[in-house]
Amino acid sequence: MARTKNTPETRVERRRFLQQGALAGAALVVAPSPADTVGRVQEDPAYQTPQAPPAPMTMAAEAAPPADVQVLGDGERSGSDFMVDVFKSLGFEYFCANPGSSFRGLHESVINHGGNRAPELITCCHEESSVAMAHGYFKVEGKPLGVLAHGTVGLQHASMALYNAWCDRVPVYMILGNHSDAAIRRGAEWYHGVQDAAAMVRDYTKWDDTPWSLTHFAESAVRAYKIALTPPMAPVVMVLDGGLQEHPISKSEPLAVPRLTLPVPPQGEQGAVEELARMLVAAESPVLVADRMARTPNGMTLLVELAETLQAGVIDQGSRMNFPSRHPLNQTQRGRAAVTDADVIVGLEVADFWGVVNALRDQLHRSARRVARPGAKIVSITTGDLYIRSNYQDFRRMQDVDLAMAADAEATLPVLIEAVKRLVTSDRRRAFEERGARLAQASRTAAAASRTAASYAWEASPVSTARLSAEIWAQIKTEDWSLVSSYYSSDQTNWPRRLWDFTRPYQWLGHAGGGGIGYGAPASVGAALANRRHGRLSVAIQTDGDLMYAPGVLWTAAHHRIPLLSVMNNNRAYHQEIMHVQKMCNARNRGVDRGELGSQLIDPNIDFAKLAQSMGVYAEGPITNPNDLGPAIRRALQVVKKGEPALVDVVTQAR
Amino acid sequence: MTRTMVGAAIVVMLAAPAVGRVQKDPAYQTAPAAKPADARAPAGRAGNGATLYKKVGCYQCHANEGQGGLAGPRIGPSPVPYARFLQYIRNPTGDMPPYTARVLTNQDVADIYAFLEARPRPPAVDTIPQLAP
Ligand code: HEC
Repeated sequence: MARTKNTPETRVERRRFLQQGALAGAALVVAPSPADTVGRVQEDPAYQTPQAPPAPMTMAAEAAPPADVQVLGDGERSGSDFMVDVFKSLGFEYFCANPGSSFRGLHESVINHGGNRAPELITCCHEESSVAMAHGYFKVEGKPLGVLAHGTVGLQHASMALYNAWCDRVPVYMILGNHSDAAIRRGAEWYHGVQDAAAMVRDYTKWDDTPWSLTHFAESAVRAYKIALTPPMAPVVMVLDGGLQEHPISKSEPLAVPRLTLPVPPQGEQGAVEELARMLVAAESPVLVADRMARTPNGMTLLVELAETLQAGVIDQGSRMNFPSRHPLNQTQRGRAAVTDADVIVGLEVADFWGVVNALRDQLHRSARRVARPGAKIVSITTGDLYIRSNYQDFRRMQDVDLAMAADAEATLPVLIEAVKRLVTSDRRRAFEERGARLAQASRTAAAASRTAASYAWEASPVSTARLSAEIWAQIKTEDWSLVSSYYSSDQTNWPRRLWDFTRPYQWLGHAGGGGIGYGAPASVGAALANRRHGRLSVAIQTDGDLMYAPGVLWTAAHHRIPLLSVMNNNRAYHQEIMHVQKMCNARNRGVDRGELGSQLIDPNIDFAKLAQSMGVYAEGPITNPNDLGPAIRRALQVVKKGEPALVDVVTQAR
Repeated sequence: MTRTMVGAAIVVMLAAPAVGRVQKDPAYQTAPAAKPADARAPAGRAGNGATLYKKVGCYQCHANEGQGGLAGPRIGPSPVPYARFLQYIRNPTGDMPPYTARVLTNQDVADIYAFLEARPRPPAVDTIPQLAP
């Protein structure tokens, strides 16, 4: 349908549908009818009873002509009611929002027309939190959350988190309000108005649209969802005009909700799959490197099957939960050695394949060298080959490969497994079994070495990062747990992955994607929101620098009763940056005792327990004695089991 | 303001494989083996070593007790022989930042070495229930 514009014609036309009534503004200038005053005659001086002496405002109102008092007629609904119908059809469970007037129409439709259920509004204190919550939620649920924000200031706040989601190839469904029609903009709507709202994030979103009619909206809303969820997945943006949301439409207006059919992800081409199967079966020491591979819970099951069929080592780079941490074929802890040994290296949705095959030395003069053996065959399966953008450089260095399948790795695994099985002879099977035994031994040795490594500095205060992980594990290992975030960026050195037994798809949710700090706290709350329905225990290893970006998300967790155990890894610094600056000091051969300047979070120390308590979150700390940690986690766990968030502030060593 | 850690992640990932196997991995050749005459550490003062260890930033990557783990290998207790220790600090072959004699004297290094040698040994892993597999 054509959009109802505020031209003189449409104004007259619309008036026919309008009924008498009172809006707050109108009440100031119109003598109230009895209906207007129900329930608040006494309290509100603007609603004086007829018996009371006339207030000056009322006298002025009597002198003025009656205003055109406007409410939705019986035969009408609003544009945003229809929008909610469409959003409901897409199955959104929640909309995260910091409230904003540019989407007030939609906000009202969500709570009144939609009954604030599917989608239910989640009140957020920062748009960056809204988006990161959506990011974390998706990683558990495999479904996007809607995020509502102003087209200008809201999106500006949200943009870093969108960038993280983009780099992590996670869909976020961004819904922006904007008053496009300059002729009817009021006050702040001028600052919140923009010609092309999505422009500022177009480099790191997959698709956007600004619909001009409700039919246009419906198609674009469904299309956006479909595009966001088609691998490689990524955020999308819908810009919803304030007028389109707020103008009434007739209930009989024929508006259809388009049907969503998600495309089946592309499988590797048959010939290429068979060629890879031949390489793998013939290989002496193949290694499978998985990064953003497990797109669904089935991904891990498939990778286990392929690895076991071949008795091949697996390196789980950890952007997704790709492989059980204690599986005998898991070679992540000796990843570099596994690559150096390999004669066939298969990258499954690996974002940085060059970094698997090569190493870059970070000294005053950077230098690169290949770590894979010469002649090793290199194969990639990734939807990354189907889609690349120019401006932001998340595509990493170009890696020479012998075979590249522009396909979804998880979708390709079933045919690859079948192709491999067809080729395995009894001779090869014997060779595989010997290899498997060797790898299992290597993985047992690595696991034992990790436990021994964790025992050093066991009694130290501040608490060692290994002990922090071990204490959490001891408390949660008998629960149905999910580690919703942790700061560890590298998988080889990641204490939970070295010490804990990860077996289920939701137990490890990867990283921020773009390395934008401030992801951890809100992503944890979003993931915990998703886990809540499944009755799982959500656990976050929460860093101090990360929490200081937007701590208001703790309030969101308390307000919406989102159970989450946050155990802090509080090293009182942006420690990664200290190491960077130290490198600069050393390289410049001066001031090596000043590397901490500018990156510490001390003087005063931040009291995270008080911060959390102020927002209604149960909290303890700061804990410095490692022996106090276990009991504190146990107490916090009791709170979380009752359905609330809890935080334990632990002062830890730097790394 | 948003700070990014992409570069940082690379640093850590490169450092990571060295953990616990600096010697074995040809990618991280450490200093040539020391001649027997060099093998003894000069007398070091562990107390001063503790101060220096913190002050010049060893703790940042090797953790407070030299236990290592996330950003550098374990270097205490029982660090590598002194000559190699000194050589590595002066001429690291991996990602570790170099410390020249201008910013850290040989005596300073010896003091740090003494501090690392004096770190307590951990309890046996099997006696720590939190580390049960
Ligand atoms: C910015 C991080 C960083 C800092 C600061 C740092 N190191 Fe290192 N160190 C490393 C890394 C990483 C390695 C592993 C090899 C490599 O990549 O260079 C290492 C290796 C070593 C080794 C070799 C161990 C072996 O097994 O051969 C010694 C010895 C050592 N460091 C001592 C020190 C001392 C003493 C200091 C302080 C004076 C220090 N490091 C400061 C990161 C660091």
